Amino acid sequence: MNETTNPTPVFQAAGVSITGLRKSYGANEVLKGIDLEVKPGEVVCLIGPSGSGKSTLLRCVNLLEQPNAGVIHVGGFEATDLDIDLDKMRQKVGMVFQQFNLFAHLTVMQNCTIAQTKVLKRPAAQAKETAQKNLDRVGLGAFGDRYPDELSGGQQQRVAIARALSMDPTLMLFDEPTSALDPETVGEVLAIMRSLAKAGMTMLVVTHEMSFAKEVADRVIFMDGGVVVEQGHAKDVIGNPQQPRTQDFLKRVLDPTHVEIAE
Amino acid sequence: MAMTPRRRARISKILQITIFVVVIVLLLLKIDWKLMNEAFFNFDKISPLFPGMITIGLKNTLFYTVISFAFGLTLGLILALMKTASFAPYRWLATGFIEFFRGIPAILVLLAFGFGIPTAFPGVVWPQPVNIMLALGLVSSAYIAETLRAGLQAVPKGQVEAARSLGMPAWRAMITIVIPQAFKIVLPPLTNEVILLTKDSSLAFILGMMASQFELTKFGRDGMISLGAGLTPLIVAGAMYLVITIPLSLVARKFESRTARANR
Ligand SMILES: Nc1ncnc2c1ncn2[C@@H]1O[C@H](COP(=O)(O)OP(=O)(O)O)[C@@H](O)[C@H]1O
Ligand SMILES: [Mg+2]
Repeated sequence: MNETTNPTPVFQAAGVSITGLRKSYGANEVLKGIDLEVKPGEVVCLIGPSGSGKSTLLRCVNLLEQPNAGVIHVGGFEATDLDIDLDKMRQKVGMVFQQFNLFAHLTVMQNCTIAQTKVLKRPAAQAKETAQKNLDRVGLGAFGDRYPDELSGGQQQRVAIARALSMDPTLMLFDEPTSALDPETVGEVLAIMRSLAKAGMTMLVVTHEMSFAKEVADRVIFMDGGVVVEQGHAKDVIGNPQQPRTQDFLKRVLDPTHVEIAE
Repeated sequence: MAMTPRRRARISKILQITIFVVVIVLLLLKIDWKLMNEAFFNFDKISPLFPGMITIGLKNTLFYTVISFAFGLTLGLILALMKTASFAPYRWLATGFIEFFRGIPAILVLLAFGFGIPTAFPGVVWPQPVNIMLALGLVSSAYIAETLRAGLQAVPKGQVEAARSLGMPAWRAMITIVIPQAFKIVLPPLTNEVILLTKDSSLAFILGMMASQFELTKFGRDGMISLGAGLTPLIVAGAMYLVITIPLSLVARKFESRTARANR
């Protein structure tokens, strides 16, 4: 349905286009008119201070939050069209959460097969095969019988990625996937995300890992106060930010030991 | 002259031992064991209680408990869903219902069914087990509803979000993801509810019933009158309750420690 821009596409990738997106909680307007384009196979990193609306933006893309205004297209779907089958659209959009959100009562294997069998109606054997392939991809092929609470944070997050991939998504959303991890397990998750990016997956990633963004992202978007303040090539936005707010934010993130506390 | 914590702990221990010994000695000296045995432990005369104590009393107690719990659980689930409904009048109704039935004694509800319904609707005579099921079920549904609601809400929101993000409709997420996890959480309190119901089924006597409908307590009271063995039949009935409730208690504790481990 969608061509990808990647030279060695492994995934069938979809693009995202957002125009005029607004979202309020009561009187608090969190997203104040966001325009954003992600091309098929592109990797876009979303950075910005806490509370700037990054999670809300991501959750609007698969309609976990209902926008107040604006139009969102995901692949062939107009996600904001009230008449479309949201469940159908969400099948194609993988989401990885900061807190992993693995199903606590299911094994690793069941976590990766449950939606395949219940939602996509795949036969059990096929679901298992797909799950195994994706668990192998994240290096946890031997962990199918474990329960989530028997795994480290990094391993749980890798399972969460495998679970999302098992639905054959055309787009992956990551909301600070490494923020809840012990430092020594951050690398294993980033490595998997890097390989996904290489394989041509469309990815929208909220992250504070600037070196990852610099290396992997095609584009970086800096958000603050519910608006896009600055965007461009990763090396430009992170290495040579133009806006004072971006400069200030990056100084705090890249060199947290020398932050001055304003009076 | 301040007491050190060590010293205080030692004094406390000595005090506890002293009270314990004094009470035991007084009991041994003051109690007339012959009368005591006559009143409570007159086991020679009670053989006529069997096998009825088990085939009638125990059987009916279990029967009333099971039907009341089944009804209470069904109604409790409906009330729990009403309490979380987006349509406010459902929430008000459920809240009113729950507060009402938690606030009045079960025996009043039993009387209302046993005597109120036949008076209000002449010609309507339900079998006693139905009255018991409805009355005790109504009361327990109020407690069960709160338990279930707490259980459903204890499942982290992220679980539903993950399910929805995989394309599951809300009902599917509820059935496949939320309810199985909530079930584990509510098992210990539900087991406790069964224990309470087991004991509350002893109130059923107030309705008056045929000999074949006697539950443990009524059966024991009957034996108390006919056997001349003092309260011994009630002691036997009490032991029968413990046969039901102690294993349930152990099961509940086992579930509790298992969920505690799963949630660590
Ligand atoms: N469900 C909600 N209800 C009310 N306010 C919310 C809700 N979710 C987020 N917010 C508010 O929206 C703002 C942006 O939140 P969020 O998108 O999580 O920011 P970020 O991910 O950039 O840290 C915050 O001020 C937060 O308090
Ligand atoms: Mg966030």
